[in-house]
Amino acid sequence: MNSKIALIIQREFMTRIRKRSFLIMTILGPVLSAGLFILPAYFATLPPEDRVIVVLDEPVLLDFNRGRENLKFNYLDPRQYTLEQARQFFRESGHYGLLYIPAGQGMDPDFIGRNIVLYTEGDVNVSTEDYIEDQLEQYIQKEKLKTQGVDPDVLARTKTSVSIKTINIKEGTEKESLTPVKMGIGYIAGFLIYLFVFIYGAQIMRGVIEEKTSRIVEVMVSSVKPFEMMMGKIIGLASVALLQFLIWLIFGIGLYFVAAVFILGDAMDTTNISAPGYQPDNDMIFKIMDTIGQINFPYIIGCFLFFFLFGYLLYAAIFAAIGSSVDKESDTQQFMFPVSLPLIASIIVLIRALDNPDGPIAFWFSIIPFTSPIVMMARVPFSVPWWQLGLSMLLLVSTFIAMTWLAGRIYGTGILMYGKKPALKEIFKWITYRN
Amino acid sequence: MASVSVQNVSKFYSSHTALKGVSMEVPEGSIFGLLGPNGAGKTSLIRIINQITAPDQGMVKINGELLKPHHIHQIGYLPEERGLYPKMKAGEQVIYLARLKGLSKQDARDKARKWFQRFGMESWWNKNIEELSKGMAQKVQFVSTVIHEPSLLIFDEPFTGFDPINTNLIKSEIKLLRDAGATVIFSTHRMESVEEICDRIALINRSEKILEGPLKSIQQEYKSNKYIVELANEEAQPPTLSDGSVLLSSTKEEGIWKLEIQLEEHLPNKLLTQLMSQGNVLLFKELIPSLDKIFIQKVSSL
Repeated sequence: MNSKIALIIQREFMTRIRKRSFLIMTILGPVLSAGLFILPAYFATLPPEDRVIVVLDEPVLLDFNRGRENLKFNYLDPRQYTLEQARQFFRESGHYGLLYIPAGQGMDPDFIGRNIVLYTEGDVNVSTEDYIEDQLEQYIQKEKLKTQGVDPDVLARTKTSVSIKTINIKEGTEKESLTPVKMGIGYIAGFLIYLFVFIYGAQIMRGVIEEKTSRIVEVMVSSVKPFEMMMGKIIGLASVALLQFLIWLIFGIGLYFVAAVFILGDAMDTTNISAPGYQPDNDMIFKIMDTIGQINFPYIIGCFLFFFLFGYLLYAAIFAAIGSSVDKESDTQQFMFPVSLPLIASIIVLIRALDNPDGPIAFWFSIIPFTSPIVMMARVPFSVPWWQLGLSMLLLVSTFIAMTWLAGRIYGTGILMYGKKPALKEIFKWITYRN
Repeated sequence: MASVSVQNVSKFYSSHTALKGVSMEVPEGSIFGLLGPNGAGKTSLIRIINQITAPDQGMVKINGELLKPHHIHQIGYLPEERGLYPKMKAGEQVIYLARLKGLSKQDARDKARKWFQRFGMESWWNKNIEELSKGMAQKVQFVSTVIHEPSLLIFDEPFTGFDPINTNLIKSEIKLLRDAGATVIFSTHRMESVEEICDRIALINRSEKILEGPLKSIQQEYKSNKYIVELANEEAQPPTLSDGSVLLSSTKEEGIWKLEIQLEEHLPNKLLTQLMSQGNVLLFKELIPSLDKIFIQKVSSL
């Protein structure tokens, strides 16, 4: 490589990693994102506030069901309370709700089912309502079965539980499908590229504007070609981004192990004491931990680095060109919108592509170069046909080369232009100037 | 040593023509003034010599050789709009710019130290540019222009933005560099500021060169037989002059007549004898036209 570009890369790299903000971001970044995952998990482990529902069960339908984990039923004796008195009691007690189950005439289950009322002081949350309805349906059904002469115990013994195991026979040996894990990896990879393109693209743009406003460009251009300046900056920042990514990766792996010990240890404790209903969740964690080992990481990381690098380079050139054609950051908005559009579209498509990695939307957006770096990462953990991956890469690299050439032309003219806010039309004219 | 030859250079932009068939010769070891009003095309020409842009027509040769990338290392350029990285240390900045001009790291450091010592600014070495005063930053800027010992120095409006002390410093440094063999091109619209140091000049107006040559001979060519005289006598009336000379103005202050006289023919001795008989001649000097006047005269005669 040209020694001048190397010098510029070195300067960009050194000045940026020596900045306090780099240190802060590098340390705070993983802490914040870890917080993003750990805090909700932590809150979920806090004992939830118990909600008490006062029940006036005239037909004694609920059989003194005590409710569930954070929802308790508190029964009033129907012989002592009328509905009016029960409501009075509820208002004074400050409990969550009053469930009124009328006896009706002859205890007709259908009549009861239609006339149950839940009185509350505020809005009822959906899961509470669903739970109560579900419980009541079961009890009413039981009553109906009894009147039809079916023994509920017999019915209970016939109940069967089905859990489907999916196996992807394409992946060589028959392994259990890793779909949830793959979705997670695809999402994180795509989102990281999106984040880095935006953060570092904006830094490039700001850097170019700074050089322009401090007029150092005027001094620089007599020593180096504008194209060399642009590439030096882009590659310099790419190295900073890669360094930061590397640090995060190491942090991430460390945190993963810490978190694994923490969560698994915790989960194992709860299995011993809590209801058997927790078992599947715990299994899930073990399964994920177990299957992570089965993912083809070299392939995924290789693809990630490729799409990360070229996606960044493609957008970096555009951001550099934008920075060169304005005098101050506030003038960049008119150009930022069309550039942000494909990036934001990629993030939206990313979610859909994770759901259906082989669908037409995922296919097209992972081929089009401006969205492919992000969307393709959603598909890479699943099996992408080689020709599609190759085509996407080829298009990305050639668009990057074309865009860098174009951006270089704009940059070369733009950095020496001051004082006027250029229209797009004029910027296109710069491309034809002889530099 | 470097000579610059500009041959029939034109540069067009979408909305205007920056240069139209401009030619000029800058001999090596000279101080050359590229003069003209703002927007005449001076900076465009300088950018072409610096290979920042390419001419649309014509060519530029340095030492008889068409412009090539390696020439950049021989040029020291101080642009009109100049600046340094505000958050970079003065020493590092100078080394960085010197290395971009092709100096090795060690060489750049040694030379930078030497210049910092010479200008008495060693204590700024580790200071960020933004911590320095404007005058201090200007010195750093000048050092970074000349540190790689260029054989061709180009200064675009060097005296705007520089304070008077730095202006004088730069003027004397430039003369030293010229004496050491460097060729210097000055570009400015303030023509009086370079009159005293330029050997040759070229005048540019509206993208075209209108005049070029050695400063002295141009001034000789444009002088108009006017003389400034100071004459001491006791008379209340200005001296009487014979035919062939016209008194343009006269004032008397503390017994001394200050006169401006137009001669029809170049016969100063005749005038002098006349004056000598009417008092003591304290000053007798031919009026040399200023570059401003020459420029205005040339433009209005076109």
